[in-house]
Amino acid sequence: MRFYVRRITFYVITLWAAVSLNFLLPKLMPGDPKQIFIDKFVRKGGELTPAMQNSIDLLFGGDDDATLWDQYLSYWGKILQGDLGISITYYPKPVVELIGAALPWTLGLVGLATIISFILGIVGGAWVGWKRGTWVDHVIPASTLLQALPYFWLALILVSVFSVSLGWFPIIGAYDIFSFDNGPEWSWEFVGSVVYHGTLPALTIIISAVGGWLLGMRNMMVSTLSEDYVTTAEAKGLRPMRVATTYATRNAVLPSIAGFGVTLGFVVAGSVVMEQVFSYPGLGKLLLTSVQSNDFALMQGTFLVITVSVLAANFLMELIYGFIDPRTRNNG
Amino acid sequence: MADDIREAQAVTPAADAAPAASVVVDGLPPENHTPGIEPDVPITSPDAFAVASTDGPAPKRGLRAMLPRRSGKLIVGLALVIAIIVFSIIGPFFTQSPTSTENQQYLPPSSEHWLGTNHLGVDIFAQLANGGAGSLMVGLVAGTLALVLSLCFGIIAGYVGGWTDEILKFITNVMLVIPGLPLVIVISAYLSTRSLWIVALILGFTAWAGAAIVLRLQAKSLRSRDYVYAAKVAGEKTHRIILVEILPNLLPLLAANFLGAVLLAILGEAGLSYLGLGPSGSITWGTILNQASANGALAQQMWWWFVPPGLMIALFGCGLALINFSIDEIINPKLRQAPAAVKSVRKARKSRATQRPSGPSAVASAPVAPRDDEKVKA
Repeated sequence: MRFYVRRITFYVITLWAAVSLNFLLPKLMPGDPKQIFIDKFVRKGGELTPAMQNSIDLLFGGDDDATLWDQYLSYWGKILQGDLGISITYYPKPVVELIGAALPWTLGLVGLATIISFILGIVGGAWVGWKRGTWVDHVIPASTLLQALPYFWLALILVSVFSVSLGWFPIIGAYDIFSFDNGPEWSWEFVGSVVYHGTLPALTIIISAVGGWLLGMRNMMVSTLSEDYVTTAEAKGLRPMRVATTYATRNAVLPSIAGFGVTLGFVVAGSVVMEQVFSYPGLGKLLLTSVQSNDFALMQGTFLVITVSVLAANFLMELIYGFIDPRTRNNG
Repeated sequence: MADDIREAQAVTPAADAAPAASVVVDGLPPENHTPGIEPDVPITSPDAFAVASTDGPAPKRGLRAMLPRRSGKLIVGLALVIAIIVFSIIGPFFTQSPTSTENQQYLPPSSEHWLGTNHLGVDIFAQLANGGAGSLMVGLVAGTLALVLSLCFGIIAGYVGGWTDEILKFITNVMLVIPGLPLVIVISAYLSTRSLWIVALILGFTAWAGAAIVLRLQAKSLRSRDYVYAAKVAGEKTHRIILVEILPNLLPLLAANFLGAVLLAILGEAGLSYLGLGPSGSITWGTILNQASANGALAQQMWWWFVPPGLMIALFGCGLALINFSIDEIINPKLRQAPAAVKSVRKARKSRATQRPSGPSAVASAPVAPRDDEKVKA
């Protein structure tokens, strides 16, 4: 129980730190983001209504009479009400609505692709580690190359080969916007279209991410296989399959699961750039759109949601880790 | 303190290798251990042992023992890294100016323009050669900054312990779970002009946490070694103990972390530049990719434009990763010894199979043969 309390406390404090960072960033930056924002907004033909002024004040701090602390408190108040301000790129849509539309795409694509590449990497790494000292060891240089591939470049290559040259897959988008011009709907054709459009983006993530997990798992597997208890298990005459799975893999997989958070950071970073290549309507694309048009409210909101999603994924993984490795729970 | 998951685990395999690393740490390289008393090697039959000991390389002494062994992976890795660095330093002297727009636009590769020209008529090979310096520079600066920060947070936290440890560890863990590149994108967006240095510093500042956790674990384990206690009793100051007693033993780990951070920064810079958020006004491999995709290189199938820059990054990164892998094999000798042991068992079996028909041989251990079979098959 103490384990869970401690972990939850950690994530609550981290969440607080992330939100505070989000609040402080515009204030630490040189220049006057607020003025840029207002100029841009007026140029786009927006009207400075009191509601809009309120939203801007929320983001950049109000007039000089409000102290930083008061701004901070009102910022929190708005966040807790689910108000992240109003986008100027898509004026007058609230940021929350835009993020709500983009989040499922990223969660579905990046989440699914991450899980697939994680499982592939773990199973593959366990096998390569088990086959140590044989020709399979030559997989290692190949997987280091995969590790070093820039996500977006791989995406460009895949698009060039499979979409432009061969014409097998669509180049951009998450579904066929001409067949489904009313937006997403629940039908088999739509799901098919989503899968068809998602194949190359998912493939990009899987190929780039699998190398790191494979290599880490292989190294752990080799280390674990030279532990005494594995030798003992072999000496007892257990079937090799049983030694590989129950004795070695089970223990070797722990660091990969625990290190999931670190690797997830790379995957998220890569996916943000990759979404741009495919014009995939997810959070990464939204973040970039907002950055390119100086839409700070949208940008801050998207960054906050990306951060919270990563935190949630990490938290989930730690709960799983605590569940499968009792030592972490008991040592608390 | 073991309640924290990241503590019991290893972010990289190296962290879990504390006992193995101690072999190197204590100044006794694994090569100096007699194979017979090395418990980690699953060599049980005497014949396998005989082969293993004769095949083993001669023990190395002193500093050479600390250096990565000359494995194929290390040689390929070093060759890739050095070749690309040399290309980036020397290349610019032999190419056109990377800003000259005198050539015809959109030329395909020819003997005059090896990689053709781009939408402005700039020679792409010249850009590639000149862009290397920018990308590598960012990697170097960011890698160094990340190394220094991870040293500060990791080693001080691990060595000093107590409240300092708790606070530093907390900051490290927060930095670890906050996604780096989105943060870098947001910061870049607020800066209207970004120099190469600023981009490198931001990238370095967001990339140190993973290394710090590994270093902290190692420093924590080194803290309770006898020789550190001896240094303390002898009255050495804390900073001297950290710098002179502890740091040298972490060199392989630091090198691995540094290379990892460099790779991460180069990939990060490429991503940022591709998005148009990289260093303004500079040429890097990322900006070439940005121009290529913005000017329809994909649709026109101008592979000579978008393939080479990414390939340079991938090959350089692959070189770094291969060097890293060789360093891993030093930190964790099991990675090297276990596959070698399996190999030598198999070799022994083979040579016995060929020797047996031709009369009595020096090696004879029929009773353990079935076990070897199983091991090799497995």
